[in-house]
Amino acid sequence: MTTALTTTNPSSPTAPNESSESIMTTTTLTAPVTATRTPKVPTVGVIKAEWLKFWSVRSTAVTLLAAGFATVAFGMIFSAVAESDEPAGPAALLSDPVDLALGGIGLSEMIIGVLGVMFVAGEYSTGLIRTAFAAVGKRGRVIRAKAAVLSASIFGVGLAAVTASVILGQAVYAGSEATSAVTDVLDVIFGTTLYLVGIGLIGAALGFILRSTAGGIGTLVGGVFIGPNLLNLLPDSFTDVFMKYLPSEAGAAMMTQVSNPDLLSRGAAYAVFTAWVVGLLGLAGWLVKRRDA
Amino acid sequence: MIEVTNLTKQYGETLAVDNLTFTVRPGIVTGFLGPNGSGKSTTMRMILGLDSPTSGTATVNGLPLADHGRPLTSLGFLLDAGAVHPTRSAHDHLRALALTNGLPTSRVDEVLDIVGLGEVGKRRSGGFSLGMGQRLGIAAALLGNPDVIMLDEPVNGLDPEGILWIRHLLQNLADEGRTVFVSSHLMSEMELMAEHFVIIGQGRLIKDISADELRAMAVGEKTQVRAEQLDDLVGLMRGDGIEIVSGDRETVSVRGLTSGEIGRIAQTNNIALTSLIPEQRSLEDVFMSLTHDTVQYQGGSRMEAAA
Repeated sequence: MTTALTTTNPSSPTAPNESSESIMTTTTLTAPVTATRTPKVPTVGVIKAEWLKFWSVRSTAVTLLAAGFATVAFGMIFSAVAESDEPAGPAALLSDPVDLALGGIGLSEMIIGVLGVMFVAGEYSTGLIRTAFAAVGKRGRVIRAKAAVLSASIFGVGLAAVTASVILGQAVYAGSEATSAVTDVLDVIFGTTLYLVGIGLIGAALGFILRSTAGGIGTLVGGVFIGPNLLNLLPDSFTDVFMKYLPSEAGAAMMTQVSNPDLLSRGAAYAVFTAWVVGLLGLAGWLVKRRDA
Repeated sequence: MIEVTNLTKQYGETLAVDNLTFTVRPGIVTGFLGPNGSGKSTTMRMILGLDSPTSGTATVNGLPLADHGRPLTSLGFLLDAGAVHPTRSAHDHLRALALTNGLPTSRVDEVLDIVGLGEVGKRRSGGFSLGMGQRLGIAAALLGNPDVIMLDEPVNGLDPEGILWIRHLLQNLADEGRTVFVSSHLMSEMELMAEHFVIIGQGRLIKDISADELRAMAVGEKTQVRAEQLDDLVGLMRGDGIEIVSGDRETVSVRGLTSGEIGRIAQTNNIALTSLIPEQRSLEDVFMSLTHDTVQYQGGSRMEAAA
């Protein structure tokens, strides 16, 4: 036991006799500040750790797979049942074939938002977040590493699912002929993928801010997904001004090639959505640093 | 070495930690004792940089822990053995922790072997028993091969064999020159383990004392005396500051005289002593009486036990 501990790093613990005696004699007046600032671990180590934590929990893969499946499956169903003569789809908004193929996003964005909340709030409920903060020292690095891992994972899975939805949706599309420019379709694919990444990050930020899975999911669903529908009940004069700045509405503008007077322009939508994500992550970072963990 | 200086933590009106100052030295196991709610965990969280002190400082090897580049190589800690994701394997749990401090994966296998979890490292940690969970927590504390090891209630949930194992482990770590700081609310757990004690109650330092000094305190103030001519002896022993309480007909309990003094009184007056027993208290008793006034939630039986 003893040997196993010492052989790995013989330089680290000082020999018992020397250290205890020399320190005992010097502590009486001034503490010996012999602290050696060990070199910092590169941020990549913290990111690797978060990557391992993210993917070593079975529910992560299942959840991302479910989100991808929902995107593709619902997209194909909506595309396949589109009617050829009428402006297709269950709602007038969903008349564009690409929009139809991405009809499943409404479900998968919720799944991904919840995943973001749970990735963070789950560590608060087990207490693991304290271990992470103490082991890394600087809390901001933990937040940034979690955000990086979440972004990369959602981007990868999201891009694959969204692209598959668009391609497979076109393959089974039964509606009236419509053509789209390739660049417009690519804009939609990237916009949708980045929206999913942003929703995951908003979920993570809420996890840090509220430190509770239930609170985080409740706020996410209520504030981002259901809240905007309630605002629709307010007078148009009111909603016309504010609605389009909500994350979900900015996201809607990022996810379509159809221009809609109720929504922001694509460029403005990216700016507003980014502001939401960065703002919430910034608030999370500020709170986490000044609060007791 | 851990140095805590005038450390204070206030939550609203309550002082959880009240101007604590103590030093945990290398080379020995130091027990951190106090009743439940006395501020042990809060103090440890401040040492870890998780809670920020209202005032005062806590340093590890001269620096706040968060300022160490690789904190786990300076201080290994066990705060809450339940702080694992139940579906993650013990090996993955430790590997993630190792990555944050740039430690090699081979070190994960080493510490799993040290704590006896080598066989089950790949299993979900959610299926672990309480004792296995504690061992995993201790493995995490050893991961960075740190100079300072700080464990909050590590004995919780361990069986007698496990307690023996951890006592030897901590002793070995201390013998290697490391600083070992272990909290408990039970003196019985600590008295065979620690060479030095930091005892707190209601957030305040009660005693910063070596085990030997504490044992000296356990030698009671009272002496049980039996003698053939007990009434005569009692008469001779009376004096200022001396308290004599009679037990059964042939025994009295004397406070204020040592057993040696009583023996001499008996000898010079030709009284035959039947027995002369200095009262020996358990360390648990000493601890209880030290912290008695500070126990927050006191039950009736507990008061009697401490009295």
